[in-house]
Amino acid sequence: MLTRLMTTAAAVALTAGAALAQDSNLTGTLKIFSDMSNPAPRAVMEDMAARFDAMHPNLTVELTVIDREAYKTQIRNFLSANPPDVANWYAANRMRPYISANLFEDISDLWAEPEIAENLASTKGAMTIDGKQWGVPYTYYQWGVYYREDIYKELGLSEPTNWDEFKANCQAILDSGKKCFTIGTKFLWTAGGWFDYLNMRTNGYDFHMALTNGEVAWTDDRVRQTFANWRELIDMGAFIDNHQSYSWQEALPFMVNGEAAAYLMGNFAVAPLREAGLSTDQLDFYQFPAINPDVALAEDAPTDTFHIPAGAQNKEAAREFLRFVVSADNQTKINAGDALGQLPVNAQSSVDDDEMLNQGFAMLSSNSPGGIAQFFDRDAPAEMASVAMEGFQEFMVFPDNLDDILGRLEQARGRIYK
Amino acid sequence: MATATHPDTSQPTGFIRRNRQKLAPWLFLAPGLLFFLFYVIAPIFQSFQISFYQWDGLGAKEWVGMQNYQELVTDRAFEVSLWNNLKWLLMYLLAIPAGLGIALFLNQTVTGIRLYKSLFFFPFVISQVVVGLVFTWFYDPTFGLLNTILESVGLSPINVLGDPKLATYGIIAAGLWPQIAYCMILYLTGLNAVDPEQIEAARLDGAKGLRMLWHVVLPQLAPATFIAFVVTIIGALRSFDLISIMTNGGPFGSTRVLSFYMFEKALSEYGFRMGYGAAISVVLFLIMLFFIAYFLWSMWRQEKGR
Repeated sequence: MLTRLMTTAAAVALTAGAALAQDSNLTGTLKIFSDMSNPAPRAVMEDMAARFDAMHPNLTVELTVIDREAYKTQIRNFLSANPPDVANWYAANRMRPYISANLFEDISDLWAEPEIAENLASTKGAMTIDGKQWGVPYTYYQWGVYYREDIYKELGLSEPTNWDEFKANCQAILDSGKKCFTIGTKFLWTAGGWFDYLNMRTNGYDFHMALTNGEVAWTDDRVRQTFANWRELIDMGAFIDNHQSYSWQEALPFMVNGEAAAYLMGNFAVAPLREAGLSTDQLDFYQFPAINPDVALAEDAPTDTFHIPAGAQNKEAAREFLRFVVSADNQTKINAGDALGQLPVNAQSSVDDDEMLNQGFAMLSSNSPGGIAQFFDRDAPAEMASVAMEGFQEFMVFPDNLDDILGRLEQARGRIYK
Repeated sequence: MATATHPDTSQPTGFIRRNRQKLAPWLFLAPGLLFFLFYVIAPIFQSFQISFYQWDGLGAKEWVGMQNYQELVTDRAFEVSLWNNLKWLLMYLLAIPAGLGIALFLNQTVTGIRLYKSLFFFPFVISQVVVGLVFTWFYDPTFGLLNTILESVGLSPINVLGDPKLATYGIIAAGLWPQIAYCMILYLTGLNAVDPEQIEAARLDGAKGLRMLWHVVLPQLAPATFIAFVVTIIGALRSFDLISIMTNGGPFGSTRVLSFYMFEKALSEYGFRMGYGAAISVVLFLIMLFFIAYFLWSMWRQEKGR
């Protein structure tokens, strides 16, 4: 699982030409621990490390890529025992344990620089805890409804713009013998996506944030209204049967085979759907429609990040690396369709010409006035997230258990947020 | 006179020289004992200690006394895990009679019996992860073999692993498959040691069938039964991989057992409540200790009886 990329002098010579003009007073070694272990992200990370190394002849970049899942537990050990100079992690509440244990460096000074302050404003909130910034984002992606355009056409449906149309569409799809939505809740978090959207559309972004921060009771009537909306879909039979037995990948074939017409998912679902044979005429995207017209639309857009551990040895080089990661050019390059295939965080970057990315970028930059949430399991503390998402799954299978579930969540809230 | 020629027994010169005979075994045991002390005994006491703290594995530990245990008492997920452990314990014991049955059936000399024996033993050889995956596909609600069979005989399909009432039994069934093979091999070796003269004598006295099995064969298989019992109980209590592979504790936590719940609370992505996890593991340890103490006691009694 561990691999090391020691960039060699040869690589430096090959790519250094353009970058030599850059300031290169940085010396020593820059140790980077990364969780970008899937093939495409890994190539991106290795390329970034090599380019940064080439820009700074006196600096050696040492990159260690760790399996993405294993990283989630290893970070706890290496941050305190053997801190690198730069490490990957996630935004919002997921950072909190390391911040309260003083393991992440406060980099508010970086965020004060105009270059970053102006161009990264949209993600500043996600990187801020206790009024300080603790890292920089490098990529994010939209969530929304990915649907089978051909099925919608065949049934004469169009993208819904409000809750009634949303349900009417669904009824039409059900009448044609298909399911409206595929979902696999075996690993719980997919149900968290549905809750995020239903709650943000019913009660708005601020209420959703208050709820994930433990400031509102789970037994509150407004929360119940969210579940009542959800229940309308469940009672219609909108979701595929037996979803509790599938992972999100195992739920993809239902959409590919045309047994289900849509999938509420992150943009990462597009690649496997296309690989499974859905053409651009068959696959399209729409923003989750408004439910309560009085609340502003808000979106889920999970952000992946870079941080400097408090125990880093070469903080100067680490800061320079973070500046490099978020720079407009690098953002355009690493988020391109042939690299990460996601959205750049720098407002000066350009988005790759991809149908879904363009729609996502337009949605997040101009049609998400309410705010941008990270995702249920990043906005809420880990423990609350796991208890709550288990409750969501149970609700989707046994909606009648709602009172019991909410009581349980409320009890957990009383214990977790102190 | 002779003493002068034996350097070992001559004038004791130092402590080591004098006690060589006694020290040697301890020296040979030392590496093993040290590792056992360091990796098994010490962590047990550490777990006890951590269970009195609230700790996320990063920051400072906070002493909370019995609070973790008090929370356990009111924690429904813990209660479910405890009941599931009990189900595992009881259902898993079915592996012993089933293994005995297959062993008796295979204990004959026909052509190719070795092949049949190894085929029956096969599930024990493959990894638990593979067993879990195979059974997950077998139970799959849309394309699984089980539902294909049920539909072909006109029954309605069931989602075994998606139904909180059935899921645990579904996993136990998957676990029994290799466990039965294990018990079978224990009994097969035991049957080799059965005294043919006693069988012959019993047969002359007119014993056959079940009475022969119960009064003549089984008493001779007692050592095999004992071992089968031990490995099955321990196997049931440490069930983890099948649950992790087949349901990940779900649907909604209905298939958790103590070891899995401890892992979830202390070590998984959403966990890191070390104190609470340690409290769960202490409970599991005490349950195991009860069985292990019983086994050790009965072994000691057997030794003494000889």
